[in-house]
Amino acid sequence: MPLSTQSQADIDQYILIASLDNARNLSNILKAISFRDHAIFSATQNGLKVTVEDSKCLQANAFIQADIFQEYIIKEDTVGFQVNLTVLLDCLTIFGGSTVPGVCTALRMCYNGYGYPLTLFLEEGGVVTVCKINTQEPEEPIDFDFCSTNVTNKVILQSDSLKEAFSELDMTSEVLQITMSPSHPYFRLSTFGNSGNAHYDYPKDSDMMELFQCTKIQTNRYKMSLLKPSTKALALSCKVSVRTDSRGFLSLQYLVRNDDGQICFVEYYCCPDEEVEEE
Amino acid sequence: MDCVVTGGNVKVLAKAIHSLSRIGEELYLEPVEDGLALRSVNSSRSAFACFLLSPLFFQRYQAASDQSFRCKMPIKSVQAVFKSLASLDRSVEKCRIQLNSEKSRLTITLHCKHGLLKTHNLSFQDCESLQAVFDKESCANVLQAQPRLMVDTVLHFPPSLDEVNLSVSSDRVWLRNHVEDDADSLRAMMTELCLSSEEFDHFAVGTQTSVTFCLKELRGLLVFAESSGLPVSMYFDEPGSPVILSVTDSVLEANFVLATLSEDSHPKNHVNSDTKHPDTEQPPDDFMSDDMDSFLIAMETSELPGPSHAPASPPRPSNNRKHSFSEEEALAEGPPNKKFCSLFFGSVLPTSSQLPNQTMQSQEVLASDSEDENQTETS
Repeated sequence: MPLSTQSQADIDQYILIASLDNARNLSNILKAISFRDHAIFSATQNGLKVTVEDSKCLQANAFIQADIFQEYIIKEDTVGFQVNLTVLLDCLTIFGGSTVPGVCTALRMCYNGYGYPLTLFLEEGGVVTVCKINTQEPEEPIDFDFCSTNVTNKVILQSDSLKEAFSELDMTSEVLQITMSPSHPYFRLSTFGNSGNAHYDYPKDSDMMELFQCTKIQTNRYKMSLLKPSTKALALSCKVSVRTDSRGFLSLQYLVRNDDGQICFVEYYCCPDEEVEEE
Repeated sequence: MDCVVTGGNVKVLAKAIHSLSRIGEELYLEPVEDGLALRSVNSSRSAFACFLLSPLFFQRYQAASDQSFRCKMPIKSVQAVFKSLASLDRSVEKCRIQLNSEKSRLTITLHCKHGLLKTHNLSFQDCESLQAVFDKESCANVLQAQPRLMVDTVLHFPPSLDEVNLSVSSDRVWLRNHVEDDADSLRAMMTELCLSSEEFDHFAVGTQTSVTFCLKELRGLLVFAESSGLPVSMYFDEPGSPVILSVTDSVLEANFVLATLSEDSHPKNHVNSDTKHPDTEQPPDDFMSDDMDSFLIAMETSELPGPSHAPASPPRPSNNRKHSFSEEEALAEGPPNKKFCSLFFGSVLPTSSQLPNQTMQSQEVLASDSEDENQTETS
């Protein structure tokens, strides 16, 4: 394989090397969080975490564990940089988006360290492309301070049922209201649009509901424009967990299976919309 | 008002609404004793459609306690309730439509699989009863065909085609695209289909007639008819009278009433130049035995198969209807809508000869949407 013809000297200078036989295992999951141009990459021994934020109210993280990669070498405790995610995705899919079985793009992603570009070696059918993407000083991702001890309500749903609801949501509504309660309506998504309001109720004993742990009734509103990008992650996922904490912050965690059946996670954190007057 | 629809009828209801959306922008809803009436009309008032769902269509049907409840709402809002049409029959078990009079909301609840409940509270506007005046029984010509036949026929016309001309003789039906006289005949593509009376389930033609109406609005009904598998009936008279397309079964009745161009403005639309007059002879029988060659030869010469396009029908009481233009305007340019518009008024207003018992109360209030921008073409 051409990628392995790099000299040992080249390999030594990199502080991070991550290789995949199928670049789609990275590009697909990154598309689920690509609502902004810039992404913060944070690599540790455990794997790669990619963060995208919007207006300090929304944060999306994609986790690709080390064992997903065919090769994962990291020479420091943490490696962080910021790149243009749109450009990165364009490079990862440089050979086109064809899904011919058996043909896929192989990837080796290399990083020399602070100030160096992110180097991508991509190969398909014997053709090698080298991409160098400039990196920036990584910004500190917002800490939403969402910890499991503070979670008041949690449900885990099979994604299929939520996918249908999200595809039908009234986009003329500025907010998406989420009500979680130990009693009726249990789990409700509401919109308030031009033609009227709509409610989608999931009962706690529905067979789509895998876990239902609600301690007290909570209703929170979130800006529709902020949550809309999460539908990409929802589309890829097979299960989703919805949690709210005592402040009304929302955590959506998506379980995504990649092409090879391996599990990755995507999570979204969202601040509640301040204007909630009524329940 | 409280109605419940279950099973496959939910999809039928959704299709009826989608079908009505091809006519107008608003859905008029009126629950009456006979059933639930869903109606729509286009902005130029030249096309009207009504679906009457009898109480048997519903698992439970309770008309409004206030007998005169009727409302209208943007049809897009109702379509949004039945968005995923394809999966409706798989996912929705029950649909309930209720009127919440305190909050002035129409509540549509969909009980879906896996316990999912979708509730839509739609705002509506009060309105007058929308009803076009028409009488199918008095039409001289009646055709009935399987929806597949009609769908296959209109397939030959481009989706952009506005108007189509339907001509009938004692044993044949022609469908042609309607081209304005002033259109460049070199660039216009003429399509003509001829169907024998045998292809129809029912064929009753009183006199040779030729009517021109809007194809776009017809397609709305065809989509519904095809999915329901019900035959489509067409009732029509002379040009100027509306053509009524109807789909009926034991629990529902759908009527699409489309205005037709009046005789005065009926242009000639044949393959050859407009200086040639159509031949009144019937086409040679070779054509009916699928001999395309002789038909094509006949077309190229001045001998055109087809009924006369200038029928000298005797003046009937219905001709006393107002036509807003005179014969000089027959060949004048103008948006077709304007011509259709005035005709439809003619059919809506009851004439003393036709419907003596019709009172004015159920007339549509033509000026009701004074704030509606689309009303520019109504006179």
